[in-house]
Amino acid sequence: MVPLSYYLVLSGILFACGVTGFLIKRNIITIFMSIELMLNGVNLSFVAFAAHWHVLAGQIFVFFVMVVAAAEAAVGLAIIIAVYRTRETLNVDQVNLLKL
Amino acid sequence: MTQNPYLWLIPTLPLAGAAINGFLGRRSSKKAVTTVALTFPGLAFFLALKIALGFSSAAAPYVFNLAHWIRSGSIGLPNYFSADFAFYLDQLSLVMLLVVTGVGFLIHIYSVGYMSDDPSYYRFFSYLNLFMFFMLTLVLANNYLMMFVGWEGVGLASYLLIGFWFTKDSAAAAGKKAFIVNRIGDFGFLIGLFLIIQHFGSLNFTEVFAKVQPLAAETSGAGLLTAIGILLMVGACGKSAQIPLYVWLPDAMEGPTPVSALIHAATMVTAGVYMVARSHVIFERAPIALTVVAIIGTLTALFAATIGIAQTDIKKVLAYSTVSQLGYMFMACGAGAFSAGIFHLMTHAFFKGLLFLGAGSVIHAVGGEQDMRKMGGLKTYIPITFTTMLIATLAISGIPPLAGFWSKDEILWKAYQASWVYWLIGAITALITSFYMFRLLFMTFWGDYKGIQVDDHGHAHAAPGHEGHGHGEPHESPMVMLVPLIILALLSAVGGFVGIHNGFEHFLEPVFGSEFPKTIAEGSGNTEWLLMGISVLFAFAGLILAYVLYVSKPYLPDKIAASLGSLYDTVVNKYYIDEIYAKVFVKPLVDGSTKILWQGVDRKVIDDAVNNAADGARHVSDEVRHMQSGNVRSYAGWIASGAAALIAYMIWWGMR
Repeated sequence: MVPLSYYLVLSGILFACGVTGFLIKRNIITIFMSIELMLNGVNLSFVAFAAHWHVLAGQIFVFFVMVVAAAEAAVGLAIIIAVYRTRETLNVDQVNLLKL
Repeated sequence: MTQNPYLWLIPTLPLAGAAINGFLGRRSSKKAVTTVALTFPGLAFFLALKIALGFSSAAAPYVFNLAHWIRSGSIGLPNYFSADFAFYLDQLSLVMLLVVTGVGFLIHIYSVGYMSDDPSYYRFFSYLNLFMFFMLTLVLANNYLMMFVGWEGVGLASYLLIGFWFTKDSAAAAGKKAFIVNRIGDFGFLIGLFLIIQHFGSLNFTEVFAKVQPLAAETSGAGLLTAIGILLMVGACGKSAQIPLYVWLPDAMEGPTPVSALIHAATMVTAGVYMVARSHVIFERAPIALTVVAIIGTLTALFAATIGIAQTDIKKVLAYSTVSQLGYMFMACGAGAFSAGIFHLMTHAFFKGLLFLGAGSVIHAVGGEQDMRKMGGLKTYIPITFTTMLIATLAISGIPPLAGFWSKDEILWKAYQASWVYWLIGAITALITSFYMFRLLFMTFWGDYKGIQVDDHGHAHAAPGHEGHGHGEPHESPMVMLVPLIILALLSAVGGFVGIHNGFEHFLEPVFGSEFPKTIAEGSGNTEWLLMGISVLFAFAGLILAYVLYVSKPYLPDKIAASLGSLYDTVVNKYYIDEIYAKVFVKPLVDGSTKILWQGVDRKVIDDAVNNAADGARHVSDEVRHMQSGNVRSYAGWIASGAAALIAYMIWWGMR
């Protein structure tokens, strides 16, 4: 039986990777993937806790998260395509029309 | 107590007149305005007469409760307080009622002539009727609260009418001065009323007075009654122009002359005397307060009379004379002779109303001039005005058998019983009164006319406000102005006879009782005759002195004035009281308001607080807006660090 802490550490590592990628990458696709990574890191800790405490709520949450992530991916990719079409770049630093 | 459902109509009728003229007068013809303006106070007068005819000295007071006004607390408990729109008429109110409606109605008639060319004719009568409403409310009130409503109302009407020609700066300023000085008095009056509410639980006259005696028996009662009495007197000082609050009345002469006659001589300024007389139950149990009333009255009588000597504006002389005569009334009240005070109030209303109306007629005759030095010799030009004013002057000087003699003699006699000092000052004042009144008469009517002849289109010396309608030489006023003069002259001549055999006093006995002050035994009748003789002598002395100085040796006054030097200047300048008040009260107030309240509190504290708050918000925002860079990754950074901070906080907090 793998101890709970292993899962949590892996979950933490995945989440930290996601945050780091989110913050340092400029390519919007990479940032998008980092978000997915964070979500999956959280998902992992959800299922780990659910299995450990024998409570189903955690697994249900994971389904919700996956559904939301799928929806978000659809919308997000659509936005990315729209951005690319108008700005001809995927670099977020150049997508700054709202800047003062 | 008898119910009398007509009582409430007496004040309400003039109110209706005021409303009709006030709202519709601008579009109505002058004739319609006149009809309305005269009908309603006239009806009130006839109603008052009708009630008076059925009202003897033995009659029980009439009451009428029109509507509930204030009800608080629960009946039976000590916290219960009520005040109603209720009217009360006893012998005292009846005298006031007849004076106010009677003299008031005559002055309304006179005003039709005096104000006939004024563009704001309807406005004048609307205000005048409004004044009648408030004055009658004051007089007929059955509780202090209603009285206060009337009290403030006449103050308002007075303000409106003093400032009637408001385009003239001095008139507007005089109106404000009257209002503000009266506020000071009203402040005392109000505090007095609060004390009454606190300790008597009511403002109703009958209820309050019934509780005075038990309260006076308590240890703290005497001090309390004294405090209430003095506070009420402060109110009376404001309204009735006594020292130290008399300064507004001479300035109030900026108003049209009928206003001076009605409000600032015959009725409103006597409200203070009426109020003190009405509260006589309180004052009788508060000897210190009574002494204060007597001292203020006596000093004012003398002080104002001395100022009157040196005035040259015909209306100013009369104004100071009014202040002085009001002093007499307070002297009487202070001596405990309330009925004598009210008697003088009544006769004063006749002859002083007449003097003002006569002065108005004179001013009318000479085209708006008010300076007596530019008059003179008018008795041949305006004989009727002259005759009536002569009667009024004889009356006010206390020459028998005219009205003023009876009431003034009564006051001096009662004052003598209280203290010979009051009598002495009163008698000296009588001498001065006689002197300045005959001075006025001689300067105006004797000698040669010194005014400038004005051609038919001339407005050369028309004072602002009073229209100069083509003056060749001085001319007699129209009949509508002369009839009130003649009626008032008759009243001034015979009005004093009601006082013979103490008839007036007996009439007021149900109100004032007969035990106060202790009547001196009949044996002192000789003293009374002696004092009467002295005061009549003084009156004639004043007359002769004035005749010598202003008719037979007209060069003497200037010489005397020159030899008196600075003393004369002081009197001419009214003892510099206005200047002293300006320095001591007005200037510190204005400076304090400007420097501390305006530039200090308002600008530095309030304005700066608001402005600095706005500036601060802008500066902080200026800095903070750099966070909103439009850079997605920096937003992500903020979110991440925010989330991290939140988690850190929760962990730290959870560990505690």
